[in-house]
Amino acid sequence: MAERIQLAHGGGGTLMQQLIDQELRALYADPAQVLHDAALLQVPPGPLAFSTDGYVVQPLEFPGGNIGSLAVIGTANDLAMAGARALHLSVAMILEEGLPLEVLRRVVTAMAAAARQCGLTIVTGDTKVVERGKADGVFLTTSGIGLVEAAEPIDPRAIRPGDQLLVSGDLGRHGVAILAARHGLDLVPPVLSDCAPLWPQVRGLLAAGVRIHCLRDLTRGGLASALQELAVAAGVELAIEEACLPVAEPVARTGELLGFEPLHLANEGRFVAVVSPETSDRACALLEASGGAWMGTVRPATGAGGRVLLTTALGTERLLIPLSGELLPRIC
Amino acid sequence: MEVCGGQTHAILRWGLDQLLPRGLRLIHGPGCPVCVTPAERLDAALALAARPEVILCSYGDMLRVPGSAAGVVPATAATDLLGARAAGGDVRLLTSPLEAIALAQAAPDRDVVFLAVGFETTAPATALLLRQARALGLANLSVLLAHVRVAPAMEALLLEPSNQVQGFLAAGHVGAVMGTAELRQLVERHRVPVVVTGFEPADVMAGLLRLVQLLEAGTPALANAYGRVVREQGNGAAQALLQEVFVVTDQPWRGLGPIAGGGLALAPAYRHFDALERLGAPASGPDSAAPSPCISGRILQGRALPSECPAFGQACTPEHPLGAPMVSSEGACAAYYRYRRQAA
Repeated sequence: MAERIQLAHGGGGTLMQQLIDQELRALYADPAQVLHDAALLQVPPGPLAFSTDGYVVQPLEFPGGNIGSLAVIGTANDLAMAGARALHLSVAMILEEGLPLEVLRRVVTAMAAAARQCGLTIVTGDTKVVERGKADGVFLTTSGIGLVEAAEPIDPRAIRPGDQLLVSGDLGRHGVAILAARHGLDLVPPVLSDCAPLWPQVRGLLAAGVRIHCLRDLTRGGLASALQELAVAAGVELAIEEACLPVAEPVARTGELLGFEPLHLANEGRFVAVVSPETSDRACALLEASGGAWMGTVRPATGAGGRVLLTTALGTERLLIPLSGELLPRIC
Repeated sequence: MEVCGGQTHAILRWGLDQLLPRGLRLIHGPGCPVCVTPAERLDAALALAARPEVILCSYGDMLRVPGSAAGVVPATAATDLLGARAAGGDVRLLTSPLEAIALAQAAPDRDVVFLAVGFETTAPATALLLRQARALGLANLSVLLAHVRVAPAMEALLLEPSNQVQGFLAAGHVGAVMGTAELRQLVERHRVPVVVTGFEPADVMAGLLRLVQLLEAGTPALANAYGRVVREQGNGAAQALLQEVFVVTDQPWRGLGPIAGGGLALAPAYRHFDALERLGAPASGPDSAAPSPCISGRILQGRALPSECPAFGQACTPEHPLGAPMVSSEGACAAYYRYRRQAA
């Protein structure tokens, strides 16, 4: 019989000790830390960024990643969006009774690999087991702290008319990977999730002297939601050229088949950068090298508040609004 | 008039109306199956979904369509199927009707009810489901039928004394199934040009050009601008399925009223799959005459634009729809909301 998680694995007794020793220790850079109630941290001087996120993606494993890689990279990316390099992470796991141990092993392996990839360490954690039917395999919560390396504040309030809008890579791969896994679409070749650390690209921009006014990673609502949030928060109009948006052919076609626009599809390894007009060329050159593109300009708001105006490939205009409703629940 | 809601969405999505010369006005048609599904059919679905033994399944768009209790204050019952699910009902989303077979086989002690909606495009899939269910002898699967036929609705619009439609862009996917015979009869009876076309921006524009040419030449004729998909005789296998499983019936359309020959009913050999006969018709819901600012009836008839509705974008949004056209991916109100421009 396949080994599975039992309620006693969360009971604080021998089984729990075994679970930690045999399965979870791989998460920690310093195994001695497992024995403590709290991690003691030495952090470099400077402002810190702090972020937390819960992960409930279904299916737990999808083309290009699993819930473990998502949970580590997702929180590191949230820190990167504040111009911060991720240093340390906490991990809380809620496991459902009956979860195959081999699935947990793959999740833990992916978390350890993602932590190495992000250059961060997992320093503290917690594990609970709930009865079958009270959770969906694995729920993860990660919290992270990072060192802010951007000299100027990266904040929607720093967005100014004239700023340039860039996107760091092509759109919608994570959404299509999840959709394909859920609907049993056997895409050949498979579309892999774009789940990847964003800090290397952000660090590159900062190192090149690009004046970044704001960053926003694209998650559940895709580009449309991210732009809408920025436009409203900054009280500006974002004018986007649809023809400039990078979308891979398989993503565009699969989205069309299922009735989703790439603008609304989720990403886990892409961000929008709002940069000063003087440094925009430099930023473009850097991001284009990794699949990104210029996509538009910030304008003063006309009338009532912020909005996103899209010029279509045919030269017509329409407002871009976030998709509403429960189209793709539990995507991250 | 572009008949199909998919065409309306393409027009708004690509801003095609901004590219047209003055004097050419597009009237959005009733071709949104979710929008024209009668409220009483939806009320029956809501009542069935509340029964513990029932698994109610349908297409995604159907789950958020308000039944007749929407807007009734205080709300005493779920007003849409998502609400019914939140209240404990077992409501499932299907992408293919055939998935209902697996549901029924996996739960032999439950009654699986498929709320079957759509035009001649989805009706063959429902027919296939019933043919397979019959062959398997499935006793716990039934359908709540709300299939509608497009050509009779076009005819009903033309018969209205105040009709303003001078030409039709007919729905390409319905044409792919049904062919062009029904449309040809419509052209002959009413002396109105009809152009079958598709859903890509270039298809819509090519269809419009052909329609304008026919209007300028003064020759009411049928043209096919979607030849890569639509054949004159249509899809014979799909038509045979429809003939085997369904009979044509008069049917009320939400917003348009009763339409002669506007719907499909089960043929005698399949009548035992009727959910209302098998499970008993639920008691009628709350009074459907509740006052509502929604003007979806006039919008579905092409008599008003979504942006002319007092509730549009205010009391009525995709999150809180007052009428079905705000819900469906083919609804005109949803198209205006999703792709609205500064003017709206």
